[in-house]
Amino acid sequence: MSDTLADNKTSTGPSDGLAVLESRRSAAETYGIPLAVLLEVTHRCPLQCPYCSNPVELDRGSTELTTEEWKRVLSELAELGVLQVHFSGGEPTARKDIVELVQHASDVGLYSNLITSAVLLTKDKLSALADAGLSHVQISFQGNEPVVADRVAGLKDAHRKKLEVARWTRELELPLTVNAVMHRQNLHQLSDIIQMAVDLDADRLEVANVQYYGWALKNRAALMPTIEQIEETSRIVEEAQLRLKGTLAIDYVVPDYYALRPKKCMGGWGRQFFNISPAGKVLPCHAAESITGLEFESVRSNHSIAWIWQNSEAFNRYRGTGWMPEPCKSCEFREVDYGGCRCQAYALTGDAGNTDPACALSPRHEQIFKQAEQESAGSQSRFLYRNFAGGTLETDERNGA
Amino acid sequence: MASRNISVSETSRPKLPRHAKLKFDETRQVWVILAPERVLAPDEIAVEVLQLCDGVRSVAQMVDTLAEKYAAPREAIATDVVAMLQDLADKGFLTEVRESTA
Repeated sequence: MSDTLADNKTSTGPSDGLAVLESRRSAAETYGIPLAVLLEVTHRCPLQCPYCSNPVELDRGSTELTTEEWKRVLSELAELGVLQVHFSGGEPTARKDIVELVQHASDVGLYSNLITSAVLLTKDKLSALADAGLSHVQISFQGNEPVVADRVAGLKDAHRKKLEVARWTRELELPLTVNAVMHRQNLHQLSDIIQMAVDLDADRLEVANVQYYGWALKNRAALMPTIEQIEETSRIVEEAQLRLKGTLAIDYVVPDYYALRPKKCMGGWGRQFFNISPAGKVLPCHAAESITGLEFESVRSNHSIAWIWQNSEAFNRYRGTGWMPEPCKSCEFREVDYGGCRCQAYALTGDAGNTDPACALSPRHEQIFKQAEQESAGSQSRFLYRNFAGGTLETDERNGA
Repeated sequence: MASRNISVSETSRPKLPRHAKLKFDETRQVWVILAPERVLAPDEIAVEVLQLCDGVRSVAQMVDTLAEKYAAPREAIATDVVAMLQDLADKGFLTEVRESTA
C-alpha cells in the first residue's frame, strides 16, 4: 500500500481533473463523493513488512466481506459517482475471487488499479485480471536485490518473483508503477532502485518514505532515516526526475518527521478520500481504526455509503477547520494542510484532535523530532515483522547481527 | 511492447491505450479521461478529437472531418489537432495502432 496513493494524488498539471471537478462544486457540496476509493479487500498477506500501513489490529479472514458483498459495494460506488477503485490489502490477490471482483468493477464502469506485492501472481492469473479489465498494476519493492529486499519483506524469494511479475505486466501492455518504500536500511539502494524501475520499463516510480504510525511506529528505531540520508535522497530524486523526464515519472513522499510543515494527510480528513476495510468499515484513512474512541460505520449497516460519507460522526469529527485547537485554529496554513495527520496526532500525543507533531508549530514537535533523530543514529536494526499474532521479532540470524 | 514515445503526424492512426478511458461522468456532468491514479478533465475540443481516435481513422481524415464541420481552414485545424494529440501522447494517453496486432 502506498502513501502517495493515500494522499489521493489524483491529478496534476493544467488539465488537473480534481481541480476542475472540485471547482464546479458549490460550497454546499464541498464534500462531493471522492473520485477514487481504496478497497482493502483483505489483510491477509504473505509478506511481513515491518512498516505495513495496515492497522496493528488486523481483520481476520473470517470477518472479510463476501464476494457478493464486495460486488454490491462496487455497484454502489459506481452509482455514487466514484470513477476509480484501487484493489489493495493486505495482498488483494490472496482473495480467490479477485478476478471476479475486477470483472464486476469493469461491468459497472469503474477503472481499476491493483496494488500488489505480486508474489502470489501467476502469468495466467495476471492475464485473467487484464482480460477482466484491470487497467494498472502497482508492485511494491523492498530493495533492488534479494538480500535486503527479502529480509525486509520477511519472505524468501520474494524479490525474484516480483521482478518476474513486473515483466509479465509489461508484456501484457499494462502500465506499471513501482512502489518503493524507503527507510534507513534500504535508502542506500535508491539509485539502483530507480535504475531497476527503468529496466523494468515502469511508467511510474513512487519513492515513498515510511510514514510512522501503526506497524512502522513500532519499528521506528529500526527504520528512521538520518537527516543526511534524507538530504541525499532528495538530491538523488531531483536529479533522476530531470534525467528521466518522459521515460519514468517519479513521485516522492518525504518523511514528515524531517519537514517543518505537516503533510495534507488524505487531502484533509473526510474531504476527498475514503477506504473500505476488509470487514467493510468505511474509513477516512487506512490507519483511522488506530484512533480509539471513534466509531466507524460499516457497509454491512443499514446506512448507504453516501450517508456514511456525508453524515457519520467519524467523518464529520475532523472535517474542515471547525474542530481545530490552537495553534491550527488561527494558522494561515489551516486550509493548506488541515492540521496534518489525525492518526499521527493520536499516536504521538494521545489525542487525535491535537496539531500533528510533524508541524514545527506543535508544542510536541521539538521533543519528537529529537527522539527520532536519536533513533536514526542508534544501532537498533532488528525488525518486528507484521503478522496476525501482533508481530514477531526478527531473529539474530536473519538480522545478520 | 507498446512504445510510449509516439510521434503524431497526419498519417498516424491514434487510439486511446487500454489504460486510458474516455468517459462521460454522469454524476459531475463532465467528460473525463481515466488513467492510472489520475482523472483528467479534457476540454470540449479535446473530447471531440479523442472521440475520433478509434485506431482506424488517420489524423488526416480526422482533420478533414473537423475542417468540414467547422468550415475552418484545413491547415490551421491540422496544426492544432497534431499538437493536441502529440501532447496527449506525451502524457501517455494515446497510442498508435501497429500493423502487427490484429
